[in-house]
Amino acid sequence: MLRRIALGLVVLVVVAAGAFFALAYRPAIDPLPEGEAPSFDPLMVARGAQLAAVGACTSCHTVSEGQDFAGGLPLPTPFGTIFSTNITPDPEHGIGRWTEAAFIRSMREGVDREGNLLYPAFPYDHFTHTTDEDIRAIYAYLMTRPAIGAPNQENQLGFPFSFRPVLAGWNLLFLRKGTVEPDPQQSAEWNHGRYLAEGLGHCGGCHTPRNAFGAEDGSGHYGGAEIEGWFAYPIDETSPAPTAWTVEAMTNYLTYGYDQEHGTSRGPMAQVTGDFRNAAPEDVRAIAAYVVAQMHGGAAPAAAAAPPAESAAAQVPEASPAGAGVETLTIASPPASPAFQSGDSQTVAPATADNPGALIYAGACATCHESGRPQPYGGLDLHKSTAVHSTNPQNIVNMVLFGIPASDGQAAPIMPGFAGVLDEAQVISLLNYLRETFTDQPAWENAQQIVADTVGGTTQPTIYSADGLRRSPVADIPRTSP
Amino acid sequence: MSTNLTVNGQTHAVEAEPDTPLLYVLRNDLQLNAAKFGCGLGQCGSCTVMVDGRAVFSCVTPIVALEGRDIRTVEGLGTIDNPGPMQQAFIEEQAAQCGFCIPGMMMRAQALLERNPAASDAEIRSFMEPNLCRCGTHMRILRAVKRAGELMQQAGAGRTV
Repeated sequence: MLRRIALGLVVLVVVAAGAFFALAYRPAIDPLPEGEAPSFDPLMVARGAQLAAVGACTSCHTVSEGQDFAGGLPLPTPFGTIFSTNITPDPEHGIGRWTEAAFIRSMREGVDREGNLLYPAFPYDHFTHTTDEDIRAIYAYLMTRPAIGAPNQENQLGFPFSFRPVLAGWNLLFLRKGTVEPDPQQSAEWNHGRYLAEGLGHCGGCHTPRNAFGAEDGSGHYGGAEIEGWFAYPIDETSPAPTAWTVEAMTNYLTYGYDQEHGTSRGPMAQVTGDFRNAAPEDVRAIAAYVVAQMHGGAAPAAAAAPPAESAAAQVPEASPAGAGVETLTIASPPASPAFQSGDSQTVAPATADNPGALIYAGACATCHESGRPQPYGGLDLHKSTAVHSTNPQNIVNMVLFGIPASDGQAAPIMPGFAGVLDEAQVISLLNYLRETFTDQPAWENAQQIVADTVGGTTQPTIYSADGLRRSPVADIPRTSP
Repeated sequence: MSTNLTVNGQTHAVEAEPDTPLLYVLRNDLQLNAAKFGCGLGQCGSCTVMVDGRAVFSCVTPIVALEGRDIRTVEGLGTIDNPGPMQQAFIEEQAAQCGFCIPGMMMRAQALLERNPAASDAEIRSFMEPNLCRCGTHMRILRAVKRAGELMQQAGAGRTV
């Protein structure tokens, strides 16, 4: 009897191992013959460039001011650090000897040419939805970039995560292949936007919270999540934006990196908007249409034209809970305070209280934020700031401390950081003042901890200029509390 | 309202509104005219001074944040007869053309070199990025900062007050 049980166990283990092997095994795909460079239709290459911009390939596969697509960017994850790889056509270190079929498989299944399973830090769980035609165009684009002989770096992962076959389990649980089926109830633009946002654009990679396995939690789709020391806002019905997004405003924001009614992209989003400048305008607009629809319950919003700013100022909404129940697309901005009337850079709003936060705002912030100048030359009226309205104050903390570094050769938003001069208590006092003055939201409960972690270096937000380049922070930053 | 400000080691009771930018107090109340008003928006760097060893834009720093802090300006780096290493280096490299940006440049560079007098060229460039010069003497300024670091290392101590 015992022998039979033992035999049964052995059989079970062998079957399980065999099943796992079958699950984890992917054959190598033969390399392109040595010295053979495939040729591509220039139109396909051009389309590939636009699609690579939607996929934000350079965001991960290029280090700041490094060679395009040469990889080497460390991606900190809860499981260890993963380094992005060289995806230039270099035959030794890049994808120069990958066939189109191997490239398509990598995008669809997360498997490299040799058959190794790739880590889902490479968002193949999104890219898998991309059509053959679009993947081919991206392949054509990448294979016509300059080959860079940069070797790939070893990932720093502990066991079991360092053992790639375990990813077969992850794929079994979380990889949902297949195309994004068009919804006939929705417009062609909405459907195209969904195809791009859920696929190549991988918006959920940052804006959807992840579970214990590092996979996106489907129930929290677009519900907002912490990433790289920033808070990727909810872009569903719980969007904290005080002004309801319109498709026009979102298109503007995604294209230029700022919008007059909403402010500036910074943090990792600055990379996205930086990349989107190279995307096809109709693709960006489609993504905007789809994402804005998510904020309005999933359906395409009625095409309400944004009223001109003058009339909008008269329509102050009642204290509506952040974004919830917004039915129309009326843009409602709060009335301008008297200090807004002047474009003089030296006009400072009168400090009304003995409150240090109010005094700091008046002396440090108001010169730009109440200048009345449009972006990118003036600061955003903080009544319109999503950062100040968000339930999570991380982004406004980062802005106050580190600001926005200048971009190269273009008029783009810029802000000095105040980490060098404001201590933790002063930052908190300023935050409380901003929250109280510019929103109808309750005070942040976790601000103190977030400020302490960010000043102390436990949280290290990556600082980007508005053109999406990673920069050293302009503020002379103390990393330890005074 | 009175605020106690410690500038170049000396404490002053300043009669000014607490949201007054430090730059105005330095120039108008304390007659310390090294720091300059450039843009007034913290974007050009000509107003840069040091607070507790950090480079800050004095035009957007209200004095309410500064009670008890150690504020330093170019006047604290040395005198005409006895210039400090930073000033000496800028003279030796003839780094000023119109000179308007130079006090801010010196204070930002001082903040860097006091922590690391051996800063590399790349570190100097990166750190000096927020400060602008419209005459175009950037190359001389960078050389002066490098030289100041060497002078500080020779002197064995960065700080001269």
